[in-house]
Amino acid sequence: MKHIVIIGGGIAGMESACALTDAGHWVTLIEKEAQLGGKLNQWSFLFPDFTPAEKIKDTLFDKCQERDFSILLKTEVKSVQTHQKKFNIETFGGQKLEADAVVVSSGYELFDARRKEEYGYKIYDHVITSADLEKLLRPGSDLSVAAGKNPKRIAFVHCVGSRDEKSGNHYCSKVCCITGVKQAIELKKRLPEAEIFCFYMDLRMYGKHFEELYREAQEKFDIQFIRGRLSEAAEKMDKSLLIKAEDTLSGRPLKMNVDLLVLLVGMEAGKGTATAAAKCSIEYEDSGFLKTNDTFLFSNFSSQEGIFLAGSCTAPMSVNDTILHARSAAMEVNSWLRKQ
Amino acid sequence: MKDFGYTVIKQRTIDYDQFDGRLLSDVLRMEPSFKTCLSCGGCTATCSANDLVSFNIRRINLSLRRGETYELESEIQKCMLCGKCMLVCPRGINIRNVIMLIKKSILKYKSVQL
Repeated sequence: MKHIVIIGGGIAGMESACALTDAGHWVTLIEKEAQLGGKLNQWSFLFPDFTPAEKIKDTLFDKCQERDFSILLKTEVKSVQTHQKKFNIETFGGQKLEADAVVVSSGYELFDARRKEEYGYKIYDHVITSADLEKLLRPGSDLSVAAGKNPKRIAFVHCVGSRDEKSGNHYCSKVCCITGVKQAIELKKRLPEAEIFCFYMDLRMYGKHFEELYREAQEKFDIQFIRGRLSEAAEKMDKSLLIKAEDTLSGRPLKMNVDLLVLLVGMEAGKGTATAAAKCSIEYEDSGFLKTNDTFLFSNFSSQEGIFLAGSCTAPMSVNDTILHARSAAMEVNSWLRKQ
Repeated sequence: MKDFGYTVIKQRTIDYDQFDGRLLSDVLRMEPSFKTCLSCGGCTATCSANDLVSFNIRRINLSLRRGETYELESEIQKCMLCGKCMLVCPRGINIRNVIMLIKKSILKYKSVQL
C-alpha cells in the first residue's frame, strides 16, 4: 500500500484525501488549525446560488469521516526530505512520516486591506472587507452602523489587492466580482431601503450562472454598477465616508457619501503556501502561487517529481474549481504511483 | 450688474449627494428593462442620429443615473425613433420606450414647476 501525505486540510486537501483513499491508498492529512475546512469556515453563503457554506463543509467532513485515513490537526510540517524516491516528512511535534507522494494543498490568504491605506480599513469605523461582511450576513446579525441606524447607502469596491501594482499583485483574483454581486444582493434583501453601488474596473462573470446573477442584481435588486476605481475614502464627522472615483463611462470625476464601504479583498498565496514551497523545494511564480508544470495538461504537477498540487495554492480559485482541481490531483497521484 | 471680468467655473465633479432621481425612478418604473444596461455602446454604434450629429444614447443612461437631467431635454430631441438600437441591444432593452418616457417625464416635471 502506498502512503500519501497531504499538506493542508482545507477543502482541496479533504477532497484529495477522500479520492486517494477510494483509490486504495493510505493517506495522512496534515492541518495546522484545530479543524478541517480551511477558509471555508469563514464563509456564510456561496456564490452563485447562496448555498450555505456549512452544507458544503459538513458534506465534505462526513465524507472524510466515512473513510479511513489519518488526520493530524494542529500539526505543522517542519521539513520534507527526498530520499531514494521516498519523502521523509517531519512535523514540529516530532512525528516522522514516510510517503510515496506528497500533495500540497496549502491554500491562500486574503489580501490584508490595511495595505490599501487610502481606503481606510481599520482606520475608519465603517470600512469593512468582504470577509467581515460575510460574517455579518449570517441570519440575525446586526448590520447597523450606529445605534438603531442601518446604512442607507453602501458601496462595494472591486479589485482591492488585485490587478494593482501598488499592492504588488498583478493578477485577477477571479472570485471577488461575483462575491460582490452576491453580497450586494444579500445586503439588499436585508436592507431593502438601502442604495447599493459597486465600483468596478471590469466585471468578470466567468462562471456558470454568474452573468445571470449579475443581471438579477441589476434587474431585481437595483444594484448600481459604476465603472471606476476608487482613489480614496475620507471619514466625515458623522462617521459616514466620502468616496471619490472617476465615472469612467462619462469621463468625469464623481464623489458620493456612503454609510458603509465594503472592500472586496483578493487572494494571495500567503505565508502557508510560501512555507510549503520552501519546505518541499518546489518552485513558485512571481505572484507567489505555486508553479504548475504547464497550464493545460499538468496543472497538478509541481516542479518536483512526486509532489503534486491541489487547489488555490496554485492560483485564485472558487470553491467549485478547488474541488475539481483537488479531485484531478488525486487522479494524477494515483496514475503516477501506478507507474512507479 | 457691473462686469468685473470674473467667472465662476462650474465644478466638473458629479456630486452624487445632489442627485435628482425623479426622472430615473419614473423611467425605471415604467421600463424596468432599462435597469440592465451594460454601457456596452452597441446602441450608440448603430445610431442613425449619431452618424450625423453628436448624440450618444449610451450617455443618456449615465446622465439619468447620475441625476444630470439638465442636458437631457435637448439631447433627446435628436433621436429619430428609428429603433435600430433595439435590434442591437444585448440586454433587449426597449430603448425607444425609454426615450419616450424621458420626454414625458421631463414635461411632467416642467409643468409641476410652472
